[in-house]
Amino acid sequence: MPTLSLKRLDKGPAQASPSFLSLRSSSFYVALIAGVCLLFADIEIISPNPWLELRAMGEGLLAPRIVSYSELLQGLANTLSFALQGMAVAVVAGFSMALVYRRWFIRAFCAFIRAIHELFWALIFIQCFGLSPLTGLLAIALPYAGTLAKVYGELFEETAPQPGANLLASKSLSAFFYTTLPLAWPALCHYTRYRFECALRSTVVLGFVGLPTLGFYLETALSEGYYGEAAGLLYVLLLLIASQRWWLRKGLLPLYVALAVVCLPPSANVNWPTLLQFFGEDIIPQPLRTASQQDLGPWLALMWQQQLWPGLCNTLVLSQIALLFSALLALLLLPFNSTLFIGPLLKRGSDGLLIIARSLPEYLLAFVALLLWGPSMLPAIVALALHNGAIVAHLLAGFSQQLYLRDDACRGVNRYAYEVLPRIYRQFLAILFYRWEVIMRESAILGILGIATLGFYIDSAFEEFRFDRAALLILASALLNMAVDTLARRLRRGLQLDTKADLG
Amino acid sequence: MRLLPTLVALLVSFSLVGPIGAESFTFTAIPDQDASRLQQRFGQVASYLQEQLGVEVNYIPVKSYAAAVTAFRNNQVQLAWFGALSGVQARQRVPGSRAIAQGYEDQFFKSYFIAHRSSGLLDGGSAAVANKPFPLAMAGHTFTFGAKGSTSGRLMPEYYIRQYLGQAPQQSFRRVGFSGDHTRTIALVASGAYEVGAVNYQVWQAALAANKVDLQEVQVIWQTPTYPDYQWSLRGDVDRRWGQGFSAKVKAALLAIKQPELLGAFPRSAFVEADNADYEATRETAIAIGLIDES
Repeated sequence: MPTLSLKRLDKGPAQASPSFLSLRSSSFYVALIAGVCLLFADIEIISPNPWLELRAMGEGLLAPRIVSYSELLQGLANTLSFALQGMAVAVVAGFSMALVYRRWFIRAFCAFIRAIHELFWALIFIQCFGLSPLTGLLAIALPYAGTLAKVYGELFEETAPQPGANLLASKSLSAFFYTTLPLAWPALCHYTRYRFECALRSTVVLGFVGLPTLGFYLETALSEGYYGEAAGLLYVLLLLIASQRWWLRKGLLPLYVALAVVCLPPSANVNWPTLLQFFGEDIIPQPLRTASQQDLGPWLALMWQQQLWPGLCNTLVLSQIALLFSALLALLLLPFNSTLFIGPLLKRGSDGLLIIARSLPEYLLAFVALLLWGPSMLPAIVALALHNGAIVAHLLAGFSQQLYLRDDACRGVNRYAYEVLPRIYRQFLAILFYRWEVIMRESAILGILGIATLGFYIDSAFEEFRFDRAALLILASALLNMAVDTLARRLRRGLQLDTKADLG
Repeated sequence: MRLLPTLVALLVSFSLVGPIGAESFTFTAIPDQDASRLQQRFGQVASYLQEQLGVEVNYIPVKSYAAAVTAFRNNQVQLAWFGALSGVQARQRVPGSRAIAQGYEDQFFKSYFIAHRSSGLLDGGSAAVANKPFPLAMAGHTFTFGAKGSTSGRLMPEYYIRQYLGQAPQQSFRRVGFSGDHTRTIALVASGAYEVGAVNYQVWQAALAANKVDLQEVQVIWQTPTYPDYQWSLRGDVDRRWGQGFSAKVKAALLAIKQPELLGAFPRSAFVEADNADYEATRETAIAIGLIDES
């Protein structure tokens, strides 16, 4: 590993370089905008009487039940096969796209496929491949490929440029494989492992195409209020995720994927007429479809006035506030999850807690918060901040573990504030900008709170089979994604490049 | 990006006949309450139909209405147990498809509006539910529907809200949510998180019977007039695929179900005849509130 010698060259971030100042000011703006958004946020607290429901939940957690072991085993098999195959496709596709992530159209394409929630991808693919394993597989693989391309691409850009710069042909593919990739490898593995865990959770979608998974049973049990069953499934899912480090070995992966393909062959049911009708007719704006071609103008104006504009405002306000609180929570949790600050035993414990926090589905968190404080933006903010804060903290801790500290590095609060945080701050901002997108996407499933975000309207459009509206709204959120992506890029470019070697 | 299409093409070409979608007669059913253990409960129904029809019958446990309707349109399921609204949406997309049977209870289904004590809308249970007038004082409170595509949790309640309050729910109420599920609607109104909610009357009665409702906290304040709800919808082209008279056989088999364990899966006391005309009113209601377009 060339990392060691490199780090010794590093002049250390403790000096307040101009770049760190601009990092500071960009953080300040994130906070300021969130503050302004708070003024406009639809927040209200009423005090309902949630204890009956919360008691039922508590009792369920204390008395988990497994109703049917055959169902559980089948669910486990579906979940694992599906997550392995989905990730295999996503990693290959995402990695290939990451190699050319500098191209704007690749970035735009990735932003587009990321903008669509897995649920909606499943509904779109059902039109093409019917209710089939392939539909579920692609519903995960496609958005995950977009995400991996972005994260890998940015990791490659964040690696130290010096080793490559010393080569004669620094732009060649072999230069990439011998300089950039090895430097990015640990972070890349860490992220991919985390993403696999996300895939396990995302298997809820498979249930919607007729292949029940753990996530699907969990969702069903929760919405029916069978908390004992839900707790049983949740514990199995948590165990599966927490034990990943022991069973998910690189050497065994090919075997696993092969087994997964045998266990759940990605078959499909291609139905050309519906496929053609979907792309040729259903997603064409309604006024253009009718025999007497009406004007598109009024339809667009109505959509803008009734859904796009309010959806846009609510989405921006909600995601900005949720983002700020996720960031604060992550910064607070970071030292409790990194061996730079605590012992390995404590780290195991906090790993467990973070797994629980990020594995509880957002809609469950939102439901509990709704029971506690009544409907408004507040439960959404709390649910999204908890979920995303735990994820950001976990990822940041992973990055911090790869830092090389000098033997005489300072300790305690000083180490946190002057050594570790400045060195991973750029990664922190990059993850945050990505979480912004996630929050935007996830708001689609928080209709229970009655907050009309873009995602809320997309969900309604699919529910009403108005794919033309869905297409327009998805396009809008994709554009928003691309805008944020571009902004984040500008910001990172603008913020100096001399701290590049900080991660390694 | 050339890789992804190639991979997809590979996967498709190598794919075997999967666990679903073979040449068997396939149905799906999403009950309005207790969606757990679908496979087990409806597996029995599949065996029954297989016996009666003499062809292989499969059940697919789809839980999303949007997915179920699409599968019906794709001809991946030929028979489906739909709510009134999703049935209308599905049959609109498959020319020649018909509603062939409905639950006995579905001939006169209704929704309850339930309210929390804190709303000030409870009258102490003085009048029978059937005699209560529409609670106009509901306006301005917080309100939750069930799922967005539900007939009893969304369509009919919204129709009557518009009729009595004269404007859309979003204007009539301080806040409008979609709980996603009748059980959750009850939990949310019982806790007072939402002041008023609309719920399937059967789910409410089941919750009452299971002693899960505190009547001090939450009560029924109004019931909608009756309307037709769940029904079996069958594609029109099944006769061509499985022989003349197949659809009549399916209908007869459904109407003949008497076994309590099979009926309990839905749950209904019996199945009775139905046809598309029974759901014309549903279609008009959905058009009236802008949920579907006139076609």
